[in-house]
Amino acid sequence: MLEILGYGFMQRALLASVLIGTVTAIIGVYVVLRGLAFIGAGIAHASFGGVALGFLLGVNPVLSAVGFCLATAWGISWTSQHAEIREDTAIGIFFAATMALGVLFIGLMGQYNVDLFGYLFGSVLSVTADDLWLTAALAVVVVAIIGLFFKELLFITFDPEMAQVSGLPARGMYTLLLSVMALTVVLSIKVVGIILVSAMIVIPAASAYQLTEDFRVMMALAVAIGNVAAIGGLLLSYRLDTASGATMVLTATVIFFASALLSPRRRRARR
Amino acid sequence: MAAPIAELCNVTVRYQQLVALEDVTLTVMPGEFLALIGPNGSGKTTLVKAMLGLVEPASGTVRLFGRPPQDLGREWARVGYVPQVVHIDPRFPIRVFDVVLMGRYAQIGLVRRPGARDREAARVALERVGLSELAGRQIGRLSGGQRQRVLVARALATEPELLILDEPTTGVDVGTTEGLFELLEAFHEQGMTVVVVSHDVGVVAQHVNRVACMNRRLVAHGRPAEVMRPEVLECMYGREAALVAHGDLPHIVVRREGSAEE
Repeated sequence: MLEILGYGFMQRALLASVLIGTVTAIIGVYVVLRGLAFIGAGIAHASFGGVALGFLLGVNPVLSAVGFCLATAWGISWTSQHAEIREDTAIGIFFAATMALGVLFIGLMGQYNVDLFGYLFGSVLSVTADDLWLTAALAVVVVAIIGLFFKELLFITFDPEMAQVSGLPARGMYTLLLSVMALTVVLSIKVVGIILVSAMIVIPAASAYQLTEDFRVMMALAVAIGNVAAIGGLLLSYRLDTASGATMVLTATVIFFASALLSPRRRRARR
Repeated sequence: MAAPIAELCNVTVRYQQLVALEDVTLTVMPGEFLALIGPNGSGKTTLVKAMLGLVEPASGTVRLFGRPPQDLGREWARVGYVPQVVHIDPRFPIRVFDVVLMGRYAQIGLVRRPGARDREAARVALERVGLSELAGRQIGRLSGGQRQRVLVARALATEPELLILDEPTTGVDVGTTEGLFELLEAFHEQGMTVVVVSHDVGVVAQHVNRVACMNRRLVAHGRPAEVMRPEVLECMYGREAALVAHGDLPHIVVRREGSAEE
């Protein structure tokens, strides 16, 4: 098994898996605790429009997806604030509109692009050195922002109204959280794909949530589970010759059900 | 005479067409223990929010520590606030101590970490509400009364001069209500200014030293014994209100068709 680590593509795949396994798990803690799973899925689907635009314009699809996803996150936030509609309605609108734009962009290319498939379902074994650098840079940005605003993000996740009243820039922090989530989605699409990235965000954090009653412990556990799922999924997919993104998500799902079974929370609730 | 803590002068607040608060003038002096009482929809919460600058008056002026509340900046720390409805997920993985420490986050400033001084303040705040032993408890594993005290401790974490509580005893039992008011009385004796919104007239009359009766307007205010007269209560709660004296304690019974409110 170890000899596969001799291959460059496998080393890059492993590094990419560690990066996204870590970052998606960290973001996932906020997503799970604040109930943002739907907005995560919305932003992930928006990245399809961004990737398609990149192909159409001939620029790096990851870069065009960064702009596209950030614009979508801000658009959802702005629309739900100013159009007197609930946020999930705003997400529903952007979700569909950005997918539709993606389809439109592909049509404009006038030819079917096979590469697009890699972005929909992920292709960790085809991660290039450039991809890896870009992923690493985005991961550093995400982790740095979370580290800097750790206490503010905790407060707006736990009690947003009181955070606002106490004088923290709660609205700005929420927008920052959505932006960081958008970056996380983009840096993950090459590895797990647009369709599955929201699962990698939600599942490790949801598993960790079953196991602890402490916020920091939950984050540490989520990172550990995210890495086990990403690395384990990658090695399993190589071994079984299955799709890597799907194998990672299913590995995470198995861990989730195991932690739900072992959950001290669940046992206490039953008592 | 000392400068007032809070001053509202002819304050009117409207939500769209609805007048929630009409022409209210009220001054809170240092060291007062003031209760705002009145029926539901009488503008008690709105008055508190206007005092804190959380709603904008249609007319009139508000001063908190001599300044418009929006301009308080870092002096926000002089106010501790326990809001009426707190949307907290009881399953959130956070411990009591960390919730109390949040009270200091705004004061600490963006990006910076809580220091030893902040931790000490949170520890003292927990001690003041008598929950030191529960510092490590997850927030959902508390009784309703204990959770309310944690939120009071969070408000105390900035070591405020003014503590404002909006309906702190909603949904807790009589013993817990009594305990909370005893706690507030203790803070008051230590020199803190306390403003509490309540509809529990009996408990209020026992503990506070000034009552403001609201029914969109300020119907009356003064010492509990002076204020809680039948004509004032009638003006607040309507014709059907009756004052029933239990010894020194005034008690209101309101009766409408098919329902009794207390």
